Amino acid sequence: MKTDPVLEIKGLSVDYGLGNQAVRAVRDVSLTLNRGEVLGLAGESGSGKSTLAYGLTRLLPPPGVVSAGKVIYYPPGGEPVDVLSLTPAGLREFRWAETSIVFQGAMNSLNPVYKVSTQLIDVLEAHQPGMSRQARTARARELLKMVGISEDRLDAYPHQLSGGMRQRVMIGMALALEPKIVIMDEPTTALDVVMQRQILRQLVDLRKRFDFSVLFITHDLSLLVEFSDRIAIMYGGRIVEQAPASVLYRDSLHPYSDGLLHSFPALRGPRRDLVGIPGSPPDLRSMPSGCSFHPRCPKAFDPCSVDVPVLGTPADLQGPARKVACWLHPIRNSAD
Amino acid sequence: MSYFLRRLAFYVFTAWAALTINFFIPRLIPGDPVSALVNGMRGQIDPAQIQSLTVLFGLDKKQSMWEQYTSYLAQLARGDLGISFGNFPLPVSEVLTQALPWTLLLIGVTTVLSFLLGTLLGVFAGWWRGSWIDGLLPATTFLSSIPYFWLGLIAVALFTGVGSFLPASGGYEPGLVPGWSGEFIDSALRHSLLPAATIIVASVGGWLLAMRNMMVTVTAEDYITVAHAKGLSERRVMMNYAARNALLPSVSGFGMALGLVVGGTFLVEYVFSYPGIGLQMLDAIAKHDYPLIQGIFLVVTLAVLAANFLADLAYMALDPRTRKEG
Ligand SMILES: Nc1ncnc2c1ncn2[C@@H]1O[C@H](COP(=O)(O)OP(=O)(O)OP(=O)(O)O)[C@@H](O)[C@H]1O
Ligand SMILES: [Mg+2]
Repeated sequence: MKTDPVLEIKGLSVDYGLGNQAVRAVRDVSLTLNRGEVLGLAGESGSGKSTLAYGLTRLLPPPGVVSAGKVIYYPPGGEPVDVLSLTPAGLREFRWAETSIVFQGAMNSLNPVYKVSTQLIDVLEAHQPGMSRQARTARARELLKMVGISEDRLDAYPHQLSGGMRQRVMIGMALALEPKIVIMDEPTTALDVVMQRQILRQLVDLRKRFDFSVLFITHDLSLLVEFSDRIAIMYGGRIVEQAPASVLYRDSLHPYSDGLLHSFPALRGPRRDLVGIPGSPPDLRSMPSGCSFHPRCPKAFDPCSVDVPVLGTPADLQGPARKVACWLHPIRNSAD
Repeated sequence: MSYFLRRLAFYVFTAWAALTINFFIPRLIPGDPVSALVNGMRGQIDPAQIQSLTVLFGLDKKQSMWEQYTSYLAQLARGDLGISFGNFPLPVSEVLTQALPWTLLLIGVTTVLSFLLGTLLGVFAGWWRGSWIDGLLPATTFLSSIPYFWLGLIAVALFTGVGSFLPASGGYEPGLVPGWSGEFIDSALRHSLLPAATIIVASVGGWLLAMRNMMVTVTAEDYITVAHAKGLSERRVMMNYAARNALLPSVSGFGMALGLVVGGTFLVEYVFSYPGIGLQMLDAIAKHDYPLIQGIFLVVTLAVLAANFLADLAYMALDPRTRKEG
């Protein structure tokens, strides 16, 4: 697999609160998004997926703070950008033009008092002040068409659109400046399954046309298996496994990934038994010692409750690039 | 549009109901205070004025209710509200047109000003939470919790007196004749400063608090995060996204406050002896000036309705969700 990173997250930690009130929602996460790929990020509710997305775009609501780590953006043929140390003006320029986001609450992502056109156009106004009014309107129209919404909805207010349409408007808006990265935080969770798939298929088409990378966040692993190139699994604020989608689906290494895979019915492929994962996600205020999954893990053994397993390439595998943080699969060496 | 027409119909209906109630109340009051007054002043009042009072208060018992009602409405349509006993021989409409501008200018302008000021400060306080503007909050809340009567008296005691630039009472220098002369306008402005300041001090806190809290609520909305993520300027996010939405609840409150401009000003005008509607009302009650009391009720009711109608229109313009497209 060629590695041409567009975004590199290095050792990112995010806390909510300061001092000893702080809870660490994202712990030492390192993740690379390659050019043109769809990277899936899955995990139970509360595992820190959204926090990671907010952290790397500097949109954390207070009291969230990035307490450690780096986020490097590699513009095509330009100098790498250290996202976390951008000035406010630089950050405003960077946002949406390089990295856009479709939020988890996309139902409420549109300002209720402005027309769809106004909200599509104001992002063009902010980033391309030289553009003429006609050009902006034409662009807004084009964006709607791209996501399969008829142009006459340009003058509609958000409350006049269905949930699925609002979602499409948000996706269209996310592509307004042709960013290199689109982050999607459970963009379709509130929609029915048919609509979900329709929108995702559209997204995959658009990605082929415009060649952007997607960080796709969901707790529905079966969606990721279908639509993403690589998958990272998150648990208790850490990445516990990372592998190409098909590999992870066929042969997951971490018992948690295995549990997740068996929590959702797969729409395609052979039927699997639904088992789910016993127990509940860890409390951030009192994380278990060692591997935070060990109290719920069916395969836990001695080292699990003592030492934190490090994410790395397991020694017992020669296959394609994959990483896991589990004592069942000790990593090759520290060089990785 | 249909929404607009429905609201308009509603207000027209309410205004009609208010007029009708105004028609019945004096007829339901036991005894006949007005005819006693009219009889007492016979010889001084000319017959046309007696006739107009007869129509307003139903003194002619031989007429049927329906006849009384139609001639009552016809007379109101001509703007004839009878004569004021307390200000004899001025007609009520004349008394009202003299008093209304004072109230509308002083209270109207200060109500608008304190709404604008409080709301703007509220936007800043809610946006920059913990900043010095946010720190104003306890002080403004304290000021708006002081009973207005006290605030007014304290202001008079502190800032007026012999040699002070600010007069303690009245709307203008007693010797002057109301008109568009520079001297009169200067005097009127000087007389309005202290009452205006006390009104603003007393009411700005309420607007500030309401707007600040709405801003706090709205800034947690998803569309605000999206606006930030879009890289819009902070000013645009604060004004066009946050404040624009946070303003909506305040608009209804503002309509209510505007409606009370005419009717809710007794205290201000009493404390400062300001020659507006409120002072006339107190005077009319003291003098049992029934025609004037009735006329003021009518004006107050219509003012409340008009202000609420305006607030409805503003709300409709500001919030697309209230408009029914069609
Ligand atoms: N503002 C906050 N203050 C304190 N803790 C928070 C805050 N926001 C989130 N958290 C905590 O951070 C953890 C991660 O939350 P996050 O929203 O990132 O989860 P998620 O993986 O996106 O879950 P979901 O699938 O439900 O969206 C949770 O345990 C949550 O309780
Ligand atoms: Mg989330």
